[in-house]
Order: sequence, then structure tokens, then C-alpha cells
Amino acid sequence: MKLSLRIWRQPNADAKGKMVSYELDEVSEDASFLETLDVLNEHLISEGEDPVAFDHDCREGICGSCSLVIDGQPHGPQKATTTCQLHMRKFRDGDTIDVEPWRAGAFPVIKDLVVDRGAFDRIIQAGGYISAPTGTAPDAHAVPIPKQDADAAFSAAACIGCGACVAACPNGSGMLFMAAKVAHLALTPQGQPERQTRVLGMVAAHDQAGFGGCTNTGECSAACPKEIGLDVIGQLNRDFRKAAVRAA
Amino acid sequence: MSTDFYREGEPAQDTKAPAGPISERWEQRRFSGRLVNPANRRKLRVIVVGTGLAGASAAATLGELGYRVANYCFQDSARRAHSIAAQGGINAAKNYRNDGDSVHRLFYDTVKGGDFRSRESNVHRLAEVSTEIIDQCVAQGVPFAREYGGLLDNRSFGGAQVSRTFYARGQTGQQLLLGAYQALQRQVAAGTVDLHTRHEMLELVIVDGKARGIIVRDLVTGEISTELADAVVLATGGYGNVYFLSTNAMGCNVTASWRAHRKGAYFANPCYTQIHPTCIPQSGDHQSKLTLMSESLRNDGRVWVPKARGDDRHPADIPEDERDYYLERRYPAFGNLVPRDIASRAAKIVCDEGHGVGPGGLGVYLDFAGAIGRLGKKAVEAKYGNLFDMYERITGENPYERPMRIYPAVHYTMGGLWVDYDLSSNIKGLFVTGEANFSDHGANRLGASALMQGLSDGYFVLPNTISDYLADGPFESVDEDHEAVVAARKEVDDRIAFFLGNDGDRTVDSFHRELGKIMWEYCGMERTDEGLRKAVGLIRDLKDEFYKRVKVTGKAEALNQELEKAGRVADFFELGELMCIDALHRTESCGGHFRAESQTEDGEAKRDDEHFSYVAAWEFGGDEPILHKEALEFEYVHPTQRSYK
Repeated sequence: MKLSLRIWRQPNADAKGKMVSYELDEVSEDASFLETLDVLNEHLISEGEDPVAFDHDCREGICGSCSLVIDGQPHGPQKATTTCQLHMRKFRDGDTIDVEPWRAGAFPVIKDLVVDRGAFDRIIQAGGYISAPTGTAPDAHAVPIPKQDADAAFSAAACIGCGACVAACPNGSGMLFMAAKVAHLALTPQGQPERQTRVLGMVAAHDQAGFGGCTNTGECSAACPKEIGLDVIGQLNRDFRKAAVRAA
Repeated sequence: MSTDFYREGEPAQDTKAPAGPISERWEQRRFSGRLVNPANRRKLRVIVVGTGLAGASAAATLGELGYRVANYCFQDSARRAHSIAAQGGINAAKNYRNDGDSVHRLFYDTVKGGDFRSRESNVHRLAEVSTEIIDQCVAQGVPFAREYGGLLDNRSFGGAQVSRTFYARGQTGQQLLLGAYQALQRQVAAGTVDLHTRHEMLELVIVDGKARGIIVRDLVTGEISTELADAVVLATGGYGNVYFLSTNAMGCNVTASWRAHRKGAYFANPCYTQIHPTCIPQSGDHQSKLTLMSESLRNDGRVWVPKARGDDRHPADIPEDERDYYLERRYPAFGNLVPRDIASRAAKIVCDEGHGVGPGGLGVYLDFAGAIGRLGKKAVEAKYGNLFDMYERITGENPYERPMRIYPAVHYTMGGLWVDYDLSSNIKGLFVTGEANFSDHGANRLGASALMQGLSDGYFVLPNTISDYLADGPFESVDEDHEAVVAARKEVDDRIAFFLGNDGDRTVDSFHRELGKIMWEYCGMERTDEGLRKAVGLIRDLKDEFYKRVKVTGKAEALNQELEKAGRVADFFELGELMCIDALHRTESCGGHFRAESQTEDGEAKRDDEHFSYVAAWEFGGDEPILHKEALEFEYVHPTQRSYK
């Protein structure tokens, strides 16, 4: 395949960036999108140019490192698929493809396509855990958990923290990410004692990190490679209201 | 110099494992180890490198105990360490099924599965601690699979005769890691752990024979800084990426371990690598990594190749009597469920004979037609739907209609830095946990045991054993002007300056690919004296060429991914050479290490207990490493030849 890639190049956080066009011949349709960027980078290095910086690691859709907006869509056109699992057979010979970093106030660009997602860690630090110091646990069978609750908790916990939800949201909100963790822990008996302080703490950290508010557009869930549902946001709102009233 | 590229030194010895009945040793060690008064813990600094299962669990637990912890990872978040990608499950001797499991049985299975090349004391402790891990993870809210009664579900994994594997769909590693990550973030918020993401350890600082710090590079700004402490813990994972193509994440590397090795830490059994039989085959030269398909697929899939060489018909057009179900044929008792090393080598053999399918003839079929006929498509989808979807995303083929193509790929490395029972390396104050150490899996790791070991080391073993060392601290203070620190920083600065100043014309990746091919060809599934000798020469030549011709763009004081890769590949060259020398010296076959010269009449691996019942602990010696043998003794599980016929 022959492709034109228009890629966001920005040397560092303070520099002004721009889209730069690159032509690639002989792209294999069996290559992944990131492997196509590898091929481009090999060309660039051979010509003495700076290769395109992008985040990636496991390349099997689970670590949440990769993070590109491809033709306007976080992780590209294929549903429920991270960029690293997107393959070139989803494009056509002769296509021009735009590649940009996550665009969100809370995710500043570091270089080219690499952004700083440290705000997600700060949200977790504000309560996205169960306080269970090592060695204090009762037997794992001490508290049975209904299968449907365990399955629902798992579905929420499947979030990979990639940030596609934020990139897709017109408000740059981190609501889906935060709500997935709130819902996961709220659905387990172990998560109950800290349920209210957790949601209050996490929402405060979310707002402080510069994420926008949620207006229920649903773009986040549509872009989520793990198909986290909007119902987790409903859960978060219910928990937040309850906790806020109690705290008032 | 010897013709075998090495010389032999004094034997190595684990001086920390207590004697006495094996089931009492761990308790005895915990009692005999000295403790640190809680008020003194906050005066002690511990560095933990890595945030995977072994690193995050250790950092969080040490923080909870009140030590001052500095934790480093090269990823942009601690949650992205490669433990996250483990699919299958985690073993624990809970015996919730009442099917005859026990601590002793898990211990027995692990020693046998490791082909009698691991330490009994360590493995027994691992089996004991396994039950506490499950309790701990459930308390953290890890959403394990459950049954309708609300109790935890278990499955049998990797050919085990009992159901002791706990799992969370196909994402067990992810859920366990997020549990540890959340515990870690709680400590970050509490101020006991200083977490530094996007930082890479590039050198170890040793002062007066003790590990006292590390030199790190901030991967965003390029700034080189020094972190000093009373002890250093490496939890930096395995080195499978020496093969370039593996199931490891792209960033996995040996640099932290190798820098410690160059400073005197022994590297044990480097040639023990695990090659997983069910990965998606390579599709072309652009390939950057290989993707594992869970081993559980072999429960229902049948492995076959066409009987005729080079048969390129559509698989559906190949009639039953022209197919060779070679695992069922060769191993009638275990069939498609033989252990990983055996399944992998059998695939290599049929492909080498010209029966392979797909690009380059490097693939075999894993066929679900029978299972779909027997159970119905719906049932197969419920069991394996996510894996089938993943296969289709990567290959563009629909495995419900056409058999999957699979081929073995490097997956896990059993070797690693040598540690004693306390998980201390031979350098005082340097501890090593998880895949980065060599200790518990012998020559072959059983399925669902890696997660168990990582969390056992991090939550339960290290926090108990490290106190015996730290009881002597705080150690004499060291500042950044100390000559050892200055020297270590200079080594880092010089290496970076070399790469950026080299007038080269070849990319780092092009060298890495070539090294990987050498390793795969000669130090992969089947190794020979001739091939390994050849490989050592090829690696040395390629290494020379690397230093002459490697081209690294960009600058030091910025995000520079080429520079990161160059340093890692440089260390892979030296490691690759040591792996070949280790594989050459071990003329027996055991576990994942198959020497063509040492096989039974049926072509199975043949151990040589008389000569090789030891851990090979290598001391760095440039072109001529020094071998220290640690004898292995088996008091409880008596070595037998494995048979899966």
C-alpha cells in the first residue's frame, strides 16, 4: 500500500507544533499501525531526521500506553481496538491519514505524539484504592460476592487508563476513567467502608487536574477500546450525590 | 583462554536457607531474621526499581511498614509494567476444590515442572505463601472470576491435575497489577513512597562493597540524577527481548540487571528461557513483537499440519487422512496438553521438516472445528471469544471458519540475577525480586506461576527478609561527591556521549533484529555445540559493528527514544553472549534448555543429574566469564525423568 501520513510534530512542550506530511510506499496491510510508524522512523533516522516520538509498550492492547488520534478518532477507526492492535488492512491504498496526540487540557504534550497522563495517577492517589495493608487480609472465601456483582466489577475494572475517553470528550473530561474505578470498587464488599470518601476525593482531584465536566455526550464510551459503559458514570453520580449530602 | 569461553571459580552458596524440616524453614527464617524498630524504619531509605507485580507490591508493602521508599519505572505510569499483559491466572494451594491439592503438592509440581533445577527451600516457601496472595488480592478488590454461589472459581491450567488456578477472565495479570498499583498509589498519597515515572536506571552505585544507590535518566528532560539509599531492590523483569521478537513489551530490557552484573552481581542460568507454543506467527519483516494466545486454547483446539510437505491448500480442503495431529500421535497420554517446552519443540520439528503453514512455513494449525461441532459455536465463543477476536484483529482471519495458525515465541526467562533465600544478590544490600531473579522456576516455569512468584516476593518475602539487612542501618551517609557516585555518573555520561557522537549509518533496531535472529537460530528451541560456538562469534562480530556503525539521532537533554533503545541493545549484546556460553557449557537438556546432543531415543530431553545438578552463577569477566556452581540438593522430591507419553 501507498500512504500519506500527516503527523503532528512538536519538538517539546513549549514549542509550537505543526502537521508534517510523509509519504510511505510499500506498507504491508498485515503491519500494525505502530509498526508502520516504526518503518517511517527507520526511514527518518537513515536520512538523519528526528524520528516521530510516540508512546507504546505491550503492543497487545492491554498496557494502555499507545495513544494516537487517527483521522480524528482516538485509537482510529476500528471499534474496541487500541492503536497497537489496529492493522493497516483497515485502510485503503492511497489514503491520507492524520495522526495527532491526545488533545486535552489535562494531558500536555511532551513531544510529538507523547503526552503527560500523570493526572490519571493523581486521581487514583486521591482514593482509587481499598486500604488493605499487606498481611491484614481474611481468607478469600470469608465474604462471598454474587457472580453478577463480580462480573460487573470486572467489566469496570477492565479500563486500561489510556485516556482515549478524555481525548474523545468535547469537554476533555476524565469522567469515564474515574467512574470506572469508582464503580469497580463500589461493586465489591471490600470497597464499602471507603466508598464515600473515595468518590469525594477522586472527584476533587479530577477537577483540580484540569479535566472538564461531563455533559453526557457519550463520546468517551464510544471511543473506549475496552467498551466501558456509560452506566459507570451514572453510578459515580449517584455515589457522589449521596456522599456530598452526607458530608454537608 | 579456555576453548569454552569461560573459567571456573569457587562454588556459590546460599547461606541463608535454614536447615530442618522444609515446611518449617520459612517460619524459622522469619524468626531468626532481625527486625527493625518501627521508629527506625523512617530513617531507612530503600530504592525499588520497577513497578510490575514484584516491584509495586514490594514498594507498597515497604511503604506501609514505614520505610522511606523511592520507586522508579520507565513507563509513563506504574500501571503499565508488563505484568499487566499476563492472561492466564495465578496458582495457589487453597484446595478450595477439595481435589487433593496442598502446599506440598504445589511444591512438588513446581520442582518437577522446573525439571529439578530449582531450590527446594525457595519453592516450598513460594507454595506456602501462595494462599496468602489470594487473600491479599481479594481484600484489595481484585475482581477474580466467581461462581454463582459467590465463591472464587478455579481452573486447571497447563496440564495440572488439580484446579488451583485463580483467574480474572483473560486479564489476570492486569487485575493483579492494578491491585498492587492502587496499593502503591495509596502509599504515594501517604508520602511513604516517592514514585518517579519515565525514569530509567542506568547504573548501580556500590560504596564499600554495599549497594547504595542508582544513577537514573529522566526520560523526558534527559537529566541524569543520583538516588542514594540504604538498600536497592531490582524488580526489573525478564530479558526475553534479547531475541528482538518475543511476547515481551517493547520496553522490557536487561539494563538494570546487567549493570548490576557488570558491578559484580552473579547472573544465574541465563540460558533458561521459556518458549511459549501458542503465539501468532510472524507476518513479515515489519514485525515488532509477537502476541501470545492463551494456553487455555489447547484444552479444546487440536494441533495439526498437512502430512504432505509444502501443502498450501486451504485447510478446509485438506481431508482428515492427510493431516498429521502430531501431538496426539507422539504423546497419546497428554496429547495437545503436553507442557510448553515439549509442544514448542514439536512444532519446530514439523516446520523444519517442511510441513509448516502460512508465511515462510513457520506455523501450525490450531483447529477448533471439532470443538465447535461438539459444543456449538456459542459455547466456544463464551469460552474463547475475546481471544478469537484478538486473533482476527491481528491476522484478518476468522478462527471460527479457518483454523488458527500458531507458532512458538519467546515468552519468559527463568534465569536472572542470582539471589539467596533472602532474595539478596551476592552484592550486599542489592535485592532482586520477580522475573529479574532466577530463583523459583528452575529450567522451566509452569503456567500461572509467574504472577504467584512476583507477588510472593514483593508482598511477603522481601519485606520480611530485607529487615535482617536493614537492621544494621542506617549506613554511613554517602553524598553525591563520593568517588563511587562520581565514577558511576561518568560511566553513564560517557555512554550517552558515545552514542550521540558516533558517526554511524545503521539504526539501533536493525542491529537488534540481527542479534535476535542469531539468538533465535542458535540459542532458541534447540541448541547444539556447533551452533552455540558459532553464535558467540557472530554476536561478538555484530557487537563490534554495532559500536562502529550505530546511528543515534537527537540529543541527550530531551525525550530521545533512540538513545533509550541504544543503551538497552548494547547490554543485550553482552547478555546474549553469556546466554550462549551458559547454553554451551550445559551439555545436558533440561526444561526449556534443549541440547540436541542430549536426548533420549525418542527425541525427548535428557537430563544429566550427575554433572549438572547445579545453578550456574556467572560472574562478569568480560570475554571470559567466571562460573560459580551452586549445588542443588533434593531431599523431598527425587529427580526423575519427565515423561508425557
